[in-house]
Amino acid sequence: MFEFIYDILQFFLHILITDFKYENFLLTLLSGIIIAFAVINAVLGGVLALIWGERRLLGRFQQRSGPNRWGPQGILTSTADAVKVMFKEDIIPEEADKYIFNLAPLLLVVPVFIIFSVIPFGIGLYAVNINVSVLFILAVTSISGLSIICAAWASANRIAIFSALRSVAMLISYEIPVGLSLVGILLITESMSVMDIVNFHNMPFILIQPVAAVVFFLGSLAEINRTPFDLTEAESELAAGYQNDYSGMKWGLFYLGEFAAAIAAASVFSTLFLGGPNGPILPGIFWLTIKVVAVLFLIIWIRATWPRFRIDQVLNLAWKGLFELTLVNIVVTSIAVIIWPDGESNRMIYIALANWIFVFPFLFIIFRLLKTKNYDDNDIKKVTYPVGSDKPKFEKAGN
Amino acid sequence: MSVKSEPITINLGPQHPSTHGVFRMRVTFDGETIIDVEPIFGYLHRGSEKLAEERTYTQVVTLTDRMDYVSSMLNNQGYILALEELANIDPKPRGVWLRMIASELQRIASHLVAIGFLIQDLGAWGTPLTYSMREREKILQMFEMLCGARITNSYLRPGGVFMDAPLQFWESLNAFIEDFPSKVEELENLLTSNEIIFSRTKGVAVLTAEQAINASITGPILRSTGVDWDLRKTDPYDYYDQVEFDIPTHTAGDNYSRYLLRVQEMRESLRIVKQCVEKIEPGPVRPHHDEVPNLVRPPKGDCYTAIEGSKGELGFYLVSDGSISPYRWHVRSSSLINLTLLKDMLVGTLFGDLFVTFGSIDINMGEVDR
Repeated sequence: MFEFIYDILQFFLHILITDFKYENFLLTLLSGIIIAFAVINAVLGGVLALIWGERRLLGRFQQRSGPNRWGPQGILTSTADAVKVMFKEDIIPEEADKYIFNLAPLLLVVPVFIIFSVIPFGIGLYAVNINVSVLFILAVTSISGLSIICAAWASANRIAIFSALRSVAMLISYEIPVGLSLVGILLITESMSVMDIVNFHNMPFILIQPVAAVVFFLGSLAEINRTPFDLTEAESELAAGYQNDYSGMKWGLFYLGEFAAAIAAASVFSTLFLGGPNGPILPGIFWLTIKVVAVLFLIIWIRATWPRFRIDQVLNLAWKGLFELTLVNIVVTSIAVIIWPDGESNRMIYIALANWIFVFPFLFIIFRLLKTKNYDDNDIKKVTYPVGSDKPKFEKAGN
Repeated sequence: MSVKSEPITINLGPQHPSTHGVFRMRVTFDGETIIDVEPIFGYLHRGSEKLAEERTYTQVVTLTDRMDYVSSMLNNQGYILALEELANIDPKPRGVWLRMIASELQRIASHLVAIGFLIQDLGAWGTPLTYSMREREKILQMFEMLCGARITNSYLRPGGVFMDAPLQFWESLNAFIEDFPSKVEELENLLTSNEIIFSRTKGVAVLTAEQAINASITGPILRSTGVDWDLRKTDPYDYYDQVEFDIPTHTAGDNYSRYLLRVQEMRESLRIVKQCVEKIEPGPVRPHHDEVPNLVRPPKGDCYTAIEGSKGELGFYLVSDGSISPYRWHVRSSSLINLTLLKDMLVGTLFGDLFVTFGSIDINMGEVDR
């Protein structure tokens, strides 16, 4: 994409002026700005659509209509909300640390947009191609924890600090299974570049690495703080968590960052596990959009159905469940890769079969072990009536 | 390696999304573990008991509506029973059947609210709440047909009810009886065997039967500890001795059994409504003015009558000095007394369990503060 825009700009520049000293610098800058503008606006548009779509879908799930006033089917609701948020009063608490308080929303939003720079939107349609882009994605996503702890500490609010500590504990716990779940893919493709992974094979990796896909999906749910891992914001416990003291556009930036993170997580999942822009007939960008929307629908569906975990259960799931699953996945995948090295015919089918047979059952075994013991009520204690030896009798008062 | 840590005290409420009104708790945490809870209430005190001393006996009914505003019919019933006992009023059978139907429907509505908000506190974003609110809406519409009001009904009168039910009430009641079991089934499919609800509520905030009885806790919380104490059975009022129903009990005494018990109680209430509809016969719904005047003047004396409210024993103590307004009126509100063991239930649990336990007690601030 970069070269294409660069060439067009060069063509127009040569019409105006042929010999320019800083031609290369100027054209690189301009094409970079154009690409960034396009990508950021696409994501912003996606966020507005996602907010509207989520509210409409939740309405459907909950047998009510959802927002339907502004525009056809209420599609302009989130735009109206965005405009409203911009004109709201910006309140900074007196005891707040002003610089960090103002910095925190930006720290949340900017890394999310950076993730989109390495995601291929179509075949050969990408902003940058880094040869370690998988590592890059993992690194950039962890910055959100820093933002949350900055926001909570700067606003000098105890409830916010609760939320930030939860967020950091979850981030540290879930980074590990999320990172390890990708090792299987890296072993098979022998590359850390997202482009290589997308172009590697026609078969999406969810069929080859089913357990890794489950672990990665749950881990990304935890990292973007969505139900059932939305402990950071836990509406019924912490009110709004770390954003309690934010108002106006700063709050709006947090909101934007969260929804952009949901889109980013869905894009990364579709790119790594669902084959990204690969697909028959339609162009790549449509296939990516379809896959991202499907993953987002799943996320919203989960939000509409499931309650929230408790903090100890969330950490248990990461360390006692998902971590072990990734280890099993790595062992089986490595052995399979050694047995069927690159170049063997039907290699992917064999590796996939090995994964389904030897790793997939562990998903059920481990979730079975983590299950709450369904004890019988009568086993716990025998009922006694402390008042009197017999059943208590009621004596009527009055008259 | 040891890390130095200090307990942290947080004020939760009175303006908090999950305190079900204006309740305030000063909670001390050690990390995420609760080590102390101090409940503070009184933000909704309106002095109902004092206000009653300036009103006639019939007007006090409107005050009871505003106590526990999600189960007004039951409050009306408790007060009217106390008044009937004090003034020796003989109720008309049709009126009694009608008020039994109304109060059992109200019990279902109140339990629906309790379950909906309990699951909302658990973090399920809205779906179980809207499911239960949808069913409650049908009940409220039926109340509208009965008396024109949805929440503050004031439907009951000394000796019966305000007026007979219109024809469309019976139609929608029959439709509701047909339809409701499947809706409870739907709610249970979503919640009862949900692994997250299991892990969040099983074995959390356990109360023993001994603790509950010593703190005079009543209602679903007492029954969830294993004591089958229900005033509809142990001391039948109205015609509850003429209908068949069971008292579901659990022995675990945890948040899950409190949830499940309410689901089962809704089914039992529906059973009662069904039998009431079969047994009701035409006739007057309340005594004529010649028998019971609008300005009731009970003889001197006092009386205490309790009914099984949706949240526990709802007792009304009335003292009469022979005039048209009560000399003293006191309410034994189950919400307030059920709150007394909040600290015992919460200490040692985590922050996430706090509002779940609070929701499972199912209090109503209007009844706590009165």
